[in-house]
Amino acid sequence: MASLTIRNLRKSFGVVEVLKGVDLEANTGEFIALVGPSGCGKSTLLAMIAGLETVTSGEIYIGDRLVNSVQPKDRDIAMVFQSYALYPTMSVKENMAFGMESRGVPRAEQEKTIARVAALLQIEPFLKRKPGQLSGGQRQRVAMGRALVRDPALFLFDEPLSNLDAKLRVDMRTEIKKLHQRIGKTTIYVTHDQVEAMTLASRIAVMHLGEVQQFADPDTVYNRPANTFVAGFMGSPSMNFIDAEITSAGGVPAVNFPLSGGGVASLPLYNGVADRAQSKKVILGIRPEHLSRQSPSNSGKQGIATMSAPVEVVEPTGAETMAVLRFGDREVVGRFSPDEAPKTGENMPLAVDMTRACLFDPATTRLI
Amino acid sequence: MADAVLATNAVEDKEAAIASRRRLVSRIVIYGLLALISIFYIIPLAVVILNSFRTNAEIGANGLISLPNSFRLDAWPQAWNDFCIGGQCEGVARYFWNSVSMVVPATIISTALGAINGYILSKWKFPGSEIVFGCMLLGVFMPGQIALLPWAFLLGQLGLSNSVYGLVLVHCIQGLSFTTLFFRNYYVSIPDDLLKAARIDGAGFWRIFWKIIIPLSPPIIIVTVIWQFTGIWNEYLFGVVLNSGSNQPITAALVALSMSGTTVRTYDVMSAAVLIGALPPLLVYFFGGKYFVRGLTQGAIK
Repeated sequence: MASLTIRNLRKSFGVVEVLKGVDLEANTGEFIALVGPSGCGKSTLLAMIAGLETVTSGEIYIGDRLVNSVQPKDRDIAMVFQSYALYPTMSVKENMAFGMESRGVPRAEQEKTIARVAALLQIEPFLKRKPGQLSGGQRQRVAMGRALVRDPALFLFDEPLSNLDAKLRVDMRTEIKKLHQRIGKTTIYVTHDQVEAMTLASRIAVMHLGEVQQFADPDTVYNRPANTFVAGFMGSPSMNFIDAEITSAGGVPAVNFPLSGGGVASLPLYNGVADRAQSKKVILGIRPEHLSRQSPSNSGKQGIATMSAPVEVVEPTGAETMAVLRFGDREVVGRFSPDEAPKTGENMPLAVDMTRACLFDPATTRLI
Repeated sequence: MADAVLATNAVEDKEAAIASRRRLVSRIVIYGLLALISIFYIIPLAVVILNSFRTNAEIGANGLISLPNSFRLDAWPQAWNDFCIGGQCEGVARYFWNSVSMVVPATIISTALGAINGYILSKWKFPGSEIVFGCMLLGVFMPGQIALLPWAFLLGQLGLSNSVYGLVLVHCIQGLSFTTLFFRNYYVSIPDDLLKAARIDGAGFWRIFWKIIIPLSPPIIIVTVIWQFTGIWNEYLFGVVLNSGSNQPITAALVALSMSGTTVRTYDVMSAAVLIGALPPLLVYFFGGKYFVRGLTQGAIK
């Protein structure tokens, strides 16, 4: 059953159209991440689901109820804000009780709910404190607690981790995942961080310029990105794009692109992808981790193409080493394990995993 | 080696000594100037206070500005109870209470309305709300005398001519621009997310106002109350033009006092009367001054 269904949703502020016909649905218990760069309309979409922004056109259903003009309080939702938005003059407990008081929940039941949620989030020690006396992580927990006391049909998270420092963010991410696994509520989670989206979501909606570019599970979004925008946005360092041309020398289809020394790299294609291409010109997309050093174990394998390229910059990060390689007039980033990492200036023999490579149509930027 | 260290130390010490001497001199200049300016400001108040305890005869003999050689409290009850103003010998008590019954409701009402206006104009914007705010701002810059005639006419129509209630109404409306501006600017710094969270939590316009906005407001309420209280108490023009006789506030009555052309000028009683008239705003500043400064510089969210 769908907890949330959005059909052809549009939003304009004056003449500026920020959402251009969004379709989305979330099944009960699903964790949907709305991800995209700032200004893509993801937060506006969330605010419209919450009822904090009006709908210009289109439909929003929560459960099977059309909620386009239903007040936020009557939508059976709870929301966690980026700024936490804790009421600064109230104690943690009062913060959590505020919504229940507004809805006229009996005091005894309020106490019971708060005790249960406080235990779940381990915030019992601060129940009497004011938000100003809490650390960022504790505030974050309280903000979630305030949402959890509601037991809503839909949880909305608006970039809840972006105000935390890097380490705490990773910890809280795990906690949110645990929490979702435990309570199993349908969740819509807005983030600009593609790692958060990948790690948390059961499905990801990648948004750009007011449109959903792709709505699929994390694996598909990462490995079969719908277009160059999604491909470039998901993954860090991002996918390398190389202008290339399809040839078929001796019946074997391949992509060719020029190299710096005047030579041409020719990488064979698989899976009949060459037949689907509309034109000879394509954009070849290779993720950094699909480049590796040529070795006897990989060079002869099916689907592995070989070439070599000069190394311009080497950036070790400890666990892995990034290297900037020159492919003709393009810089290409490779991700290598430290023991096979290249040295600056080396002309590195490369093995390219062509089974994982993506081809995009240069005219439409869509995946071929 | 050690000598060199000592030598540089000596040089440093010399420089340090010069610097500290320079610091001392500048301190003396600064504090001297500050003291001078404070004395300059305090002299009028001191003269009036001292004169209220001297006898009129002594003031006549030694001049208005001189140290007292007698001490007497007589002038104070006289000023309060039976000094003659405009032919009525009842002292300033009546006018003092006129002022109190004008300033208290006017301050409370204008502050309350300012808070609600500010809340709406910052957090519940509607199409044209910026224009409304712009128009209200105009009131901040408009001199009161422009409104004198319209007010006289309006109060006449309402049957509030020459009454303290009339002045309450005038000051409520005249003060609204300032109070709205104060609250609106303060509330702008309250994050909108708080209100969104509250709306999702099921709170409406008034519940958000009482439970979230007002608990954040004490600093700006104190600022506004002090501003309104002193402003309305010290206001003179409306009091003297719109009201007459026994319905005037104390500021207007004090002028009548200085013109109550008897042969002898009773400087002692006049001083006491002036002080009685100045006491409430002085006390408000005295007790609320530090909150005033704090409130002006503080945002809503610490």
